Amino acid sequence: MIIKGKVHKFADDVNTDEIIAAQYLNLTKEEDLGKHCMETLDKDFSKKVRKSDIIVAGKNFGCGSSREHAPRAIKGCGISCVIAGSFARIFFRNAINIGLPIFEIKNTSDIKSNDLLEIDVKKGIIKNLSNNKIYRSSAFSEFMQELVSVGGLMNWVRERKKR
Amino acid sequence: MSMTITEKILSSHTGKKQLKPGEFILAKVDLTLGNDITAPLAIEEFEKLKLKKVFDRDRIALVPDHFLPAKDLKAANAAKTLKNFASKYKIKNYFEIGCMGVEHALLPELGLVAPGDLVIGADSHTCTYGALGAFSTGVGSTDLAASWALGKAWFKVPETIKFIYKGKFNKWVGGKDLILHTIADIGVDGASYKAMEFTGEAIESLDMDDRFSICNMAIEAGGKSGIIAPDRKTYGYVRKTPGYKSVSDKVWKDKVKNWSKLVSDKDAKYSQIKTYDVAKWEPAVACPHLPSNVKPISQLKNAKLDQVVIGSCTNGRISDLRIAASILKGKKIARGLRLIVLPATQKIYLEAINEGLAEIFIKAGGVFTTPSCGPCLGGHLGIITEGEVALATTNRNFLGRMGDPKSFVYLSNPAVAAASAVKGRIAHPDEMS
Repeated sequence: MIIKGKVHKFADDVNTDEIIAAQYLNLTKEEDLGKHCMETLDKDFSKKVRKSDIIVAGKNFGCGSSREHAPRAIKGCGISCVIAGSFARIFFRNAINIGLPIFEIKNTSDIKSNDLLEIDVKKGIIKNLSNNKIYRSSAFSEFMQELVSVGGLMNWVRERKKR
Repeated sequence: MSMTITEKILSSHTGKKQLKPGEFILAKVDLTLGNDITAPLAIEEFEKLKLKKVFDRDRIALVPDHFLPAKDLKAANAAKTLKNFASKYKIKNYFEIGCMGVEHALLPELGLVAPGDLVIGADSHTCTYGALGAFSTGVGSTDLAASWALGKAWFKVPETIKFIYKGKFNKWVGGKDLILHTIADIGVDGASYKAMEFTGEAIESLDMDDRFSICNMAIEAGGKSGIIAPDRKTYGYVRKTPGYKSVSDKVWKDKVKNWSKLVSDKDAKYSQIKTYDVAKWEPAVACPHLPSNVKPISQLKNAKLDQVVIGSCTNGRISDLRIAASILKGKKIARGLRLIVLPATQKIYLEAINEGLAEIFIKAGGVFTTPSCGPCLGGHLGIITEGEVALATTNRNFLGRMGDPKSFVYLSNPAVAAASAVKGRIAHPDEMS
């Protein structure tokens, strides 16, 4: 799968309260959550996102609360994937579990807002079409790849329950 | 080969004799937890599996504590979803308001978590139970749904950082300050994906309530879990809970014998060892907008406050309320300031009333209200608006955490919070004498 989209850039330590504020946690549908994605940091964020756009951030993306509403809100507003210097661990497992593609690359500082990226999801190769730089994301472990390949944790559970 | 306490607990739940950090495991869970925010998503996912039953109806806890008593229609609907699910699958540990409390204070208080247990919760502060010598960690709603089906959860075995705390605490310095100073030192991602093992004479000197505060905030350093090896204080606490008080002496002795093996081996491997002298510390205050942005209180004498919140899964336990009340006794809070005190559970609520603490808070001009996570996450019962400043005994001060994105939250221990409520600005408890 190839993802192509425009970058929305964020700093280090973006927390899940910023991704989706507590007042919206009694919403469950991705599209409803998506309308309020990143609202604390940028009131009009969801309006600016075009389908397939990409979030790029610094280190420790998704720190704080365990709310799965955060990756769901990101998916719901049309973002195709998140690239960060590193991910906080609960956000990381939530993203894998619900099938939101995420990529970890060492340095995201020379990717700017509005850059156009093209990502080979399977290979984890990220091309910045705006400055012709190429990044390779750290490979997922075998177990993660298994989860991703069956389409998330619940599908994986379904398969195990059948056995 | 030698193992840490965390590796020992994980290995006992997988049937493998030896585990190494980095290894992926599918481990049995002793208890799984969801609340009114995270469980509805888990229920939706679980129902899609079309299973007739959950893995074990006694090992699921549902605590509607975040937006309850229902703050609005959506919260009422979420609560109803939990209640219906609990009734459909005969979930024993569903807590209606009236017996509900803030989940991470409630479950230990009832004896639903014991040393050596493996607990997952769809709430990041599930790491709190590490104070009992359990491995416990926050997960997402889908993880929770999967565990209800399988009775298991997937983990990457974490590396452990060992923290050694030497020395004696100064007056007004305790568990909350210890963890804030630690987060300040290592940063909000300083323990990412790692188990934080808290050890040393200073830890041993602390009672359970302080230990809960410490492990509660492991997540604020990015930690997967926090853990303190169980000791006599742990056993004493567990023995008094409804879950264990009627256990026969013989059964109890066997349990303690097993639990006493829950220590890290002398040559266990750590990714890092950090040593601190707690005697050097004064009360710590985390400034907006990160828990790591910690300053010693003496540098913050001019921070004016609109609201003080005492409560939460970090510091809403009886000893926290006793400390706050000891400072507020016979005093009035500053004019124009709002003081909101939320005992973490119904038991603590009643204790606070019986001990006369509730009267002290009310006479001081504060609000003494029902157990709820409420204001901690900007849910209800004390949201702050643009430009307002709060000091809270809670665990997070992220941008907009307690309400408006242009508001400010400081974090402290309950003694500092109480003294600050009287002064109307951040104040050292010594200023009250």
